[in-house]
Amino acid sequence: MRIAPRTTQAIAKGLLLTATASAVGALVFVVGFVLAGGLRHVSWSFLTEPILDMGRAGGIFPAIVGTLLMVLVSVGIAAPLGIASAIYLAEYTREGRLTQTIRFGINCLAGVPSIIFGLFGFILFVNILGLGWSVLSGGLSLAAMILPTVIRTAEEALRSVPTSYRDVAASLGATRWQVVTKSVLPYAIPGILTGVILGIGRSIEETAVVIFTAGSAVQTPTSVFDSARTMAVHFYILAREGISNENAYATAAVLICTILIINTTAYTLMHRLMRGRRAA
Amino acid sequence: MEAITARGLNVYYGGFHAIKDVTVSVAPRRITSLIGPSGCGKSTLLRTFNRMNDLIAGVRVTGDVEIFGRPLYGEDVHSLRRRVGMVFQRPNPFPLSVYDNVAHGPRVHGTTNGKELDEIVARSLSAVGLWETLKDRLREIALSLSGEQQQRLCFARLLAVQPEVLLMDEPCSALDPISTTRVEELMQELKKDYTIVIVTHNMQQAARVSEDCGFMLLGELVEFGRTDSIFTKPSDRRTEDYITGRYG
Repeated sequence: MRIAPRTTQAIAKGLLLTATASAVGALVFVVGFVLAGGLRHVSWSFLTEPILDMGRAGGIFPAIVGTLLMVLVSVGIAAPLGIASAIYLAEYTREGRLTQTIRFGINCLAGVPSIIFGLFGFILFVNILGLGWSVLSGGLSLAAMILPTVIRTAEEALRSVPTSYRDVAASLGATRWQVVTKSVLPYAIPGILTGVILGIGRSIEETAVVIFTAGSAVQTPTSVFDSARTMAVHFYILAREGISNENAYATAAVLICTILIINTTAYTLMHRLMRGRRAA
Repeated sequence: MEAITARGLNVYYGGFHAIKDVTVSVAPRRITSLIGPSGCGKSTLLRTFNRMNDLIAGVRVTGDVEIFGRPLYGEDVHSLRRRVGMVFQRPNPFPLSVYDNVAHGPRVHGTTNGKELDEIVARSLSAVGLWETLKDRLREIALSLSGEQQQRLCFARLLAVQPEVLLMDEPCSALDPISTTRVEELMQELKKDYTIVIVTHNMQQAARVSEDCGFMLLGELVEFGRTDSIFTKPSDRRTEDYITGRYG
């Protein structure tokens, strides 16, 4: 039996719309559920007070500081390293067995479960290098975890810049470095930043790696050598050990808001940057 | 002194012999055209003169080439490309303002003084006949210009680094006939100060704009000489066949 093209078109459109609607719907539901359950327990004192009685009372100030510090360290390490690797892969080498091997390795690393990075960080940074449970150990391990994502997205962003830009710049006598910095990188920044933002997101939400490498101290970290817990870890401990459901939800709500704020800021900055470039 | 001389030039892409034993000399401040069917090596020959081929993996160049007496591989590739510039097939301005496009080259070569850059931009845009139209629109994005204006802007961007030789790889093939005529007139202006080598698919264009002409086939430079004699009394049978449209 042959179905009329107009019918298949209608069916296809319906199916695609349903798929999109369920994806968006699930997202809205999850976020809404957490915010609805959590936001009413969030107050100014919840954001600014220390963790008391293992989280039954007080606020989550130490976890907020821990989260921001950990993200800062991990992205501060992974972004420059990842972007540099991507530039090397996309601009400085020719396709060959070496680049294929590197790329294969990166893809494998991107698929490794985070707990493995936690174990790796625990053995290398915490024990062998003697950094102990600390923000630094945690940040380094998280950096290792998000590095593949940063490299992959940055490389793709660089490759999507038209070859003609490179040819023109080279034909005007620019060195490879000038070609990259003046005629390729500026146009790849939005894509590169997307990868970095993905990395920030993964660092913020990670628990396994952090528990293994940064511990779960309830004190506010004052340096990168202190142990600390992130909001995600705090939430995990509160929920798993049944300490306080209310505070767990409140922490989750703050976590979601933090991610929203970071993403919005990053994209706004990016747009302003691009507009500024055009006008200049 | 000749602008470009090549003796026994061979170019290989891996195992493929793209340019076969080419010997040629290009006179200064004239327009020299290279014609021939697709894949004959005319673009490759052109790209040899500013070493753009070196950017491709597996390229090997043998033989002697000199640009105004200086060996092609005797100097830093970046200063060579500054002397021997290139205009590409499609207008390819950067997605920046008109000003930043023209100032791009000078900035790369270390000119940061605003006043100096202003002068270079004005001079380069004047040389390509864009100054009057664009002097109040220097901050506009170059991509908003017409195709012809974009290609002229690419000429200006190149002139801004003060090259000696202009290599043009089918510079009019993305333009309409009227724009093509006007860009050809521009070339006639430019040849007073620059040596121009142009690759073209369009035999009429070669006949119109160039004083000297080379016909290439399968990597060989079959014939080279005055354009009018190539077109009126070619000495090689293959040239005659191509010009009279028997193939190509």
